[in-house]
Amino acid sequence: MSQNYKIGAGLGGVVLTAGAIAFGAFLSNRHQNRGYDDAANHTKRQPEGYNAQVGRSVTIRKPRAELFAFWSDFANLPQFMENVEAIEAGADGASTWRIKAPAGQAVAVKTEIASKKQDVLIAWRSVEDSEIETSGEVRFEDAPGKRGTRVSLMMAYDPPAGALGRAVAKLFLREPQVQARHDLKRFKMLMETGEIATSARTRDETRAAKQENG
Amino acid sequence: MMRALTWHGTNDVRVDTVSDPEIINPRDAIIKITSTAICGSDLHLYDGVIPGVAPGDVLGHEFMGEVVETGSASDLKKGQRVVVPFTISCGGCFHCKQQQYSACDNSNPAEKQDMSATLYGQPMAALFGYSHLTGGYSGGQAEYARVPFSDVGPIVVPDHLEDDQVLFLSDILPTGWMAAENADIQPDDTVAVWGCGPVGLFAIQSAIVMGASRVIAIDHYPNRLALAKQLGAEIIDFRETDVREALMEMSGGIGVDAVIDAVGMESHGFAIDNMFDVVKQKVGMGADRASALKQAILAVRFGGKVSIPGVYGGMTDKWPLGAMMEKGLQVRGGQTHVQKYTKPLLEKIEDGTLDTTFLISHRLPLEQAAEGYKNFKEQQNEWTKVILKPGMEN
Ligand SMILES: NC(=O)c1ccc[n+]([C@@H]2O[C@H](COP(=O)([O-])OP(=O)(O)OC[C@H]3O[C@@H](n4cnc5c(N)ncnc54)[C@H](O)[C@@H]3O)[C@@H](O)[C@H]2O)c1
Ligand SMILES: [Zn+2]
Ligand SMILES: [Zn+2]
Repeated sequence: MSQNYKIGAGLGGVVLTAGAIAFGAFLSNRHQNRGYDDAANHTKRQPEGYNAQVGRSVTIRKPRAELFAFWSDFANLPQFMENVEAIEAGADGASTWRIKAPAGQAVAVKTEIASKKQDVLIAWRSVEDSEIETSGEVRFEDAPGKRGTRVSLMMAYDPPAGALGRAVAKLFLREPQVQARHDLKRFKMLMETGEIATSARTRDETRAAKQENG
Repeated sequence: MMRALTWHGTNDVRVDTVSDPEIINPRDAIIKITSTAICGSDLHLYDGVIPGVAPGDVLGHEFMGEVVETGSASDLKKGQRVVVPFTISCGGCFHCKQQQYSACDNSNPAEKQDMSATLYGQPMAALFGYSHLTGGYSGGQAEYARVPFSDVGPIVVPDHLEDDQVLFLSDILPTGWMAAENADIQPDDTVAVWGCGPVGLFAIQSAIVMGASRVIAIDHYPNRLALAKQLGAEIIDFRETDVREALMEMSGGIGVDAVIDAVGMESHGFAIDNMFDVVKQKVGMGADRASALKQAILAVRFGGKVSIPGVYGGMTDKWPLGAMMEKGLQVRGGQTHVQKYTKPLLEKIEDGTLDTTFLISHRLPLEQAAEGYKNFKEQQNEWTKVILKPGMEN
């Protein structure tokens, strides 16, 4: 089971829309209710294999502003997004994400901020003509009582064409939900405990070390 | 390299040479182990009835020793003598802040949380030396251990107390105490305890300290029953006596006020449903053997209290659901919130309220750990609690 993740896949909560589901449609649908109940859209039952709307929430015992500030600096994200090697900030709010791909390769994606609301939300999307189309959004809401903040992460992803695209698709299609869940859990650990839990006995046995040494 | 007790399969544990633990995270500490015990929970691993154990895993979750190395964010100091709780808890999450330490959100690595989340709805916290469902952390039946969140878990113990006196703060003493607490004992209560292993014995002692008017202990090993009697309990040998009948008579036809199941998923006995469950467990169909608990639910009075420290992992059949509902029972269980109890119980050891050494039957060098397992399983009457000591002369 863990072998799946070792190879590593995707931005936290990558959604692979193998066909051509428009991101605009994805983003605008996301917060609407399709049914008559009050559940989040991405928890609606969907046809087998239909991953268009993957999302995940965690509750973190920290104030909204602190979490928002940490996430605002994209350079922080690779600390808990296992398959993102680095994110470099460019000019005018753009940044370049280096995502680990199969066989030691990496894919670069340039993103821009789509919208940002102080202490509430950050949304980003790949710039036009990107090799990989992607978009994501993280929302911060106060949790009830003293529980801290509810953090919800949604990401969508469309792979490049050609051989690399197919390879990446294969990788990302595997378990986008799982990756989202794990990355968010790691974010929570980092914020609440200052570190990310590992059961390794030695430094060579950590997942990061194993990834690096192949 | 160090020596450690490792799991290789059902009834197969060995002392092997494995890599030394290292500081990985800032809050870690490395402990040089001076004493470590074998627990009834380890027998569930030895018997192969807990899923998610891998060959080579280092077992052991009851241990203490000396701090030899600390991470940059640990508040321990080299040379301190500490007892380590078997539950790994961060101290800062929603559950830890309510002292529900064994439900910590952050100790089980993210990628290990899925299995238990599927089984139980939400993931389990991490435990030392247990299944990969609970993190797969290397345990303490070894010369050294890496202890995460060392600023929250380990309790520093005074030098005038021997290892034997404080070691059980790591698990079975808090477990027995919490079992009694979960039985919500009132002054006139009669409490029945199934199982006179270490957990049952400490539950009996705790129930008496909490003021139960009467405690009745149930087992089938004369020596273990004698230990219960010595603590002040009345005893029933279930091989000789019809337990339900006896308890009804002893409680004047009311039923006992509270019951504690300190047996867990490998209940012994010849009740017909238990025989089925034994077979299913053996062929890997994973049914928990719950005959003691079923008996307890029938023996407790209407409106009574059911406390379950005994470990169960999966499902069980022929559950007395009707009795549970119709009788309006309160049921509480759970892995122990050890960190909540270490300090108050250390005080009770120091002032003599609690005796922690009466149940120790054997002390062995770590090198003889495999023998310790075999005897603790097969000679339960005489082998009541085994302490392993790294470095002790053979
Ligand atoms: N909740 C926790 O955090 C926690 C912590 C430690 C141990 N445990 C669990 O507590 C249980 C007991 O642990 P232990 O170390 O005392 O184990 P143990 O194996 O030494 O003792 C179990 C006792 O139960 C008796 N028994 C078996 N079937 C019985 C029956 N039908 N009726 C009455 N008695 C019966 C056995 O004869 C034995 O003496 C185990 O399941 C263990 O995993 C739970
Ligand atoms: Zn134990
Ligand atoms: Zn916690």
